[in-house]
Formats: sequence, C-alpha cells, structure tokens
Amino acid sequence: MEIKILGSGCKKCNELEENTKKALEEMGLVAEVIKVTDFKEIAKYGVMTTPALVIDEKVISKGKVLKKEEIKEMLSK
Amino acid sequence: MFSWINNQILKMEWLSDLVEKFVVNIFNLDINSRLGASIHFFIYDSIKIFILLSVLIFLISYVQSYFPPERTKKILGRFHGIGANTLAALLGTVTPFCSCSSIPLFIGFTSAGLPLGVTFSFLISSPLVDLASVILLASIFNWKIAIAYVIVGVILAVIGGTIIDKLHMEKYVEEFAYASNQLDSDIDELKVKDRIDFSKEQVKDIVKRVWKYVLIGVFIGSLIHNYIPENVINAILGNDKWYSVLIATIVGIPMYADIFGTLPIAEALVAKGVGLGTALSFMMAVTALSLPSMIMLSKVVKKKLLGIFVILVTVGIIIIGYTFNFISYLFI
Repeated sequence: MEIKILGSGCKKCNELEENTKKALEEMGLVAEVIKVTDFKEIAKYGVMTTPALVIDEKVISKGKVLKKEEIKEMLSK
Repeated sequence: MFSWINNQILKMEWLSDLVEKFVVNIFNLDINSRLGASIHFFIYDSIKIFILLSVLIFLISYVQSYFPPERTKKILGRFHGIGANTLAALLGTVTPFCSCSSIPLFIGFTSAGLPLGVTFSFLISSPLVDLASVILLASIFNWKIAIAYVIVGVILAVIGGTIIDKLHMEKYVEEFAYASNQLDSDIDELKVKDRIDFSKEQVKDIVKRVWKYVLIGVFIGSLIHNYIPENVINAILGNDKWYSVLIATIVGIPMYADIFGTLPIAEALVAKGVGLGTALSFMMAVTALSLPSMIMLSKVVKKKLLGIFVILVTVGIIIIGYTFNFISYLFI
C-alpha cells in the first residue's frame, strides 16, 4: 500500500500526515507515507483544496484534516 | 424592532454597557479617562468580534458547504464574458478558501479551461469580500457601508479580471498549470450532519488561525482610540490630505492579516476623523494583497502577470478609497 499526503507543507498537511501515521501504527499496518509538495504533482490528482489523502493513487479526501478514526475506517475498506 | 435587533444583537450594546460597569466598578477607572476608555474598547471589541466571528463562521460555512471549489469550477465553465467574471466574483464570496489552497485552486481553474480573467476575478474577490466580514462591517459601522463594501469589492474583482482577460496574459502562466491532465474529481455528497461537522471544524480552524490578528488589531485600535493624538493621525491620514488614501494603501499591501484583525483598526481610525475611504482602502489592501499570497502566486504565474495583478488591485483600491472619501457623507 502506498499513501500520499498532498499539500504545500502547511500546518494542516503535517497534521494529516501525523494522523495517518498514527492510524497505520495502531492498525499494525506497514505502508509508505509520501509527502507530495510539488504543485505539478498535486495538480495531477485534480485536487483543488489541500491537504488531500491519496491511497494507492486514489483520492480519498481533500480539503480537510481527517481524524485518526476516519483514516482507520478508510484503511480497513 | 429592526433597530433593536441591530443595536442589541449586532452591535451588542448590552455588552458595551456590561463592560463599562466592569471597568468602572472593578478597575475603578473613569470610563472617560484614557486608560478606562482603552480598556473598555479592548475588552468590548475583542469579545464582540469573537462572538460574532464564531456564530457567523458557523452559519456561513453551512452555506459554503454547498459550494466546494469543484462545483464553482463546473458552474463557471458554463458562462462566458463579463457574466462569467461577475459570477466568479460572487462565487468568490461564498467558496471556502484558504490562502494555502490558492495554487491548486488556480491550477484547477486554468486546466479546466476557465479564462484567466475569470480565475483572477475569483482570486481577487475571495479574500476581499467574505460574508462574515460583511456582517462585521455592519456591526461596527452600519449596513449601508457593509453593502457598499460588497458592491465595490465585487466591481473591483470583475474589472480587474476583465482587464487581465483583455491583456491576453495566458503566456505568463507557468505551463504546468495548463498541461496537468486533471481528472474531474467528484464532489463529495454531504449529509446535514456532514455540513454541521464541516461548519464546526471551520469555526475551530478560523478562530485558531485569526485570534492573534484580532487581538493585535483590537490592541492597535485601542491605542489609536485613546493614546495617539488626533492631530498626528490627521496630519498623516486626515480627510483633507490628498495623500491619505495612498499611504493607507501602500502601508497595507505587504501586511498579512485577516479582515477581522483590520476591522478594529479601521473602526478606531474612523472614530478619530480619518476618512471612511482611507480606512476602507487600508482594510482592502491588507486583505487582498499580502507578501505571503504574492509569493504563493509567483509559483504559477510569471513576474509580469503578478506585477499587473498587484498594480491593478492597488489602483482599484486607491480609486475606491478616494471615491468613498468623496461620498462618505452618504454613509455616516
């Protein structure tokens, strides 16, 4: 599994990254978490509001900081 | 009835009276003394702005949850010419927008084939005219001023965008903004509960982001109110000085603050006899243009277009300032 956090490095993006890592840890999952800060790359996902969460190249959420529980739910799908 | 609602709920006169009692009885200060009046202004204005801010952002976020940028983009794609610019400016007032999202939004708009001028109309109006700020303006000044502010803000966005359109600046946008092959991402379906959650999050988020600016703004406001001599302010920003609007605008441009932080400063300036237009141009300059937003924008547009954008908005704000000073007798 490959997880990407899209965002230009603002505070919210870091919060989302942290929540994602915690969720992974608590579920005992191992996945690569990549931060994408390049606007060219971000634009490819059609995301207009950051931060966004991408799991296996699929945009899961955009424009909000998902809570740990919400990420867990997404991951278990 | 309307005036009772206006005075008690919007202007919160009850709070002013309460704070006055507090200052007089607990601090033992004369309400007409410098210190007493400053403390009154500081406490009353801070509490008022935070209450209004929280309630307003909640209500407005609920409305905004119907206009995610993806939908705005789709709606705008159906219109052309000046109609599209006007609509972009109007949607700019209701689309939730944070400066850290301005670049993906810009790319999203241009790669969807929206004309550059339409995108700029949106970018100008979005920070400038915010529904919450309008109601705060009505609370601090009055409704006539608030409505006039919206109208000139939207006009500025429409004219600014239209001029950029006519100048055919498309080649001054970085290529990747067009080339990126955007997938049409779907608009999330929201239930009432989601919208309420979104609104609550927005309140928390915005209060967390702006409280510093509000307190600094109110603090500067209370200093202006009671400590800086009127003749000093009038020598620089007085209504009879031809350069007042110019100074207010140029000082305001590099500053980065939220409109909620600039309102108490504008309020104090007007109370000191500074022209309404001068105070408004300061507010507009602070909110519409700032160093951080220019640095952001410079990543997708080339210097020439950025320069034209800054000049257009600056000139617009200066014109608005002088116009308001000229006709301010209609409003106060």
